[in-house]
Amino acid sequence: MTEPAVEQVFREQYARAVAVLVRVFGDVDVAEEAVADAFTTAVQRWPEDGVPPSPAGWIITTARHRAIDRLRREGSRADRYAQAALLHAAAEPVDRGPVADDRLRLVFTCCHPALSPPAQVALTLRLLGGLTTAEIAAAFLVPEPTMGQRLVRAKAKIRAGRIPYRVPTAADLPARLGSVLAVVYLVFTEGHTATGGDQLARADLCAEAVRLGRLLHELMPDEPEVIGLLALMLLTESRRPVRTTADGELVLLADQDRSRWDAALVAEGQALVRDCLRRAQPGPYQVQAAIAAVHSDARTAVETDWAQVRQLYDLLLELTPTPVVALHRAVAVAEVEGPAAGLALVDGLTLPGHLVHAVRADLLRRLGRREEAAAAYAAALERVGNAAERAFLERRLAEQRAAG
Amino acid sequence: MTQYLLSVVTPAEGGEPPTPDELTAIMSRVEAVQTRVRQAGAWVFAGGLAAPSSATVLRPKGDEVLLVDGPFAEGKEYLGGLSVIDVADLDEALRWGREFVAAIGLPIEVRPFEW
Repeated sequence: MTEPAVEQVFREQYARAVAVLVRVFGDVDVAEEAVADAFTTAVQRWPEDGVPPSPAGWIITTARHRAIDRLRREGSRADRYAQAALLHAAAEPVDRGPVADDRLRLVFTCCHPALSPPAQVALTLRLLGGLTTAEIAAAFLVPEPTMGQRLVRAKAKIRAGRIPYRVPTAADLPARLGSVLAVVYLVFTEGHTATGGDQLARADLCAEAVRLGRLLHELMPDEPEVIGLLALMLLTESRRPVRTTADGELVLLADQDRSRWDAALVAEGQALVRDCLRRAQPGPYQVQAAIAAVHSDARTAVETDWAQVRQLYDLLLELTPTPVVALHRAVAVAEVEGPAAGLALVDGLTLPGHLVHAVRADLLRRLGRREEAAAAYAAALERVGNAAERAFLERRLAEQRAAG
Repeated sequence: MTQYLLSVVTPAEGGEPPTPDELTAIMSRVEAVQTRVRQAGAWVFAGGLAAPSSATVLRPKGDEVLLVDGPFAEGKEYLGGLSVIDVADLDEALRWGREFVAAIGLPIEVRPFEW
């Protein structure tokens, strides 16, 4: 896609076009192919004919015609899916008015709990983000054929299993919304701290997650956890410019140049957190956003209101009593009551991964227990996958050994 | 409408089999769910299967068919019983599946029919 106008419309309207077409034809594959056809036609026509007054409407109408032509041409009488899609299209109007946004239905289809989380993520990035299979594969460091297969299987399950295309009822919404938010946050965290590879962060994935977060916020403006997730992502994203040095090395929150945090993102995130507080229906994403907001309030690291951070972690641990949250809370406790108090909590935790060892190492370092700290850094290094984090841990380990 | 197979995934070993009293309680809960399935107009077929050791497998061999005593595969789980329901979509099928899980206390596999 070389034409900039087409590319911009693609970026802004792809999800809406696919969502409308999925509703019209009742089939994800038909919709995807039709929308791809329409954009190909746009690339050929728009440079000559000019961009139509309603580009999105043009794409959707063209896609619908293309799909009907294709189904009539290619779908034999025996192809019951083609017949069903044509019948479906005959009964469905393209425009259902401004109230019903088809994208919200598509969100819940892509994130249906009967699909595995990796499949949910892949479908969401594909159908709502408009990413190609190659782009999704690259983002998750999976071979392209593997990702292609994952998408094909997921779409086949939607079709054969009749995973519905609708917004869940109020009774089912909290549980179903949970998996939607989890998908978006998974994309974000993978972007924020890549589980493998050389770069600490993958900015493209973070940007995509924020875009999806904004879409959810637009579609469900009154869901507190949707607001919380968007706030959390914006506040985390605001620190990205200074999370690594020019050489790609990790810079801890305490050591970051806060004047270079993205002020616009901080302001937007904090405004969303205030909106959450007014609603007074706390949930895990909102509390994590509130913690991020407390950090972004402090102009220097020493000004951080750790007592408030700790209180928020107390609440978070109540809402989600997991070892990972307990570990983060221990860090806050160490700031309020000293490293020994934090260490006592960390020593009671067992969880996989490098993080628990890295936190333990840091607390031992601050207590001057150099040999134990070195051993804990070594344990963390055995488990870390990301190159930037590895370099940081190696530096700290060397310091402990040199000092000891 | 789409038909779905709801299979009762029964452990072959380990775990105590239900006592006769427990079995009676399970059966009456299952019957209550079956009644609701019928009332909802979703009922197609249901049944409980005899032990896997009662099975006979027929295998093609050239033009012949061989008889083998016992189940097709000895697994950690076997198909203990099944229901076929006819509903609008996967969400409805899963809703009935949940009711069977609650009634029986065993995993239920929900799988769509293709034709």
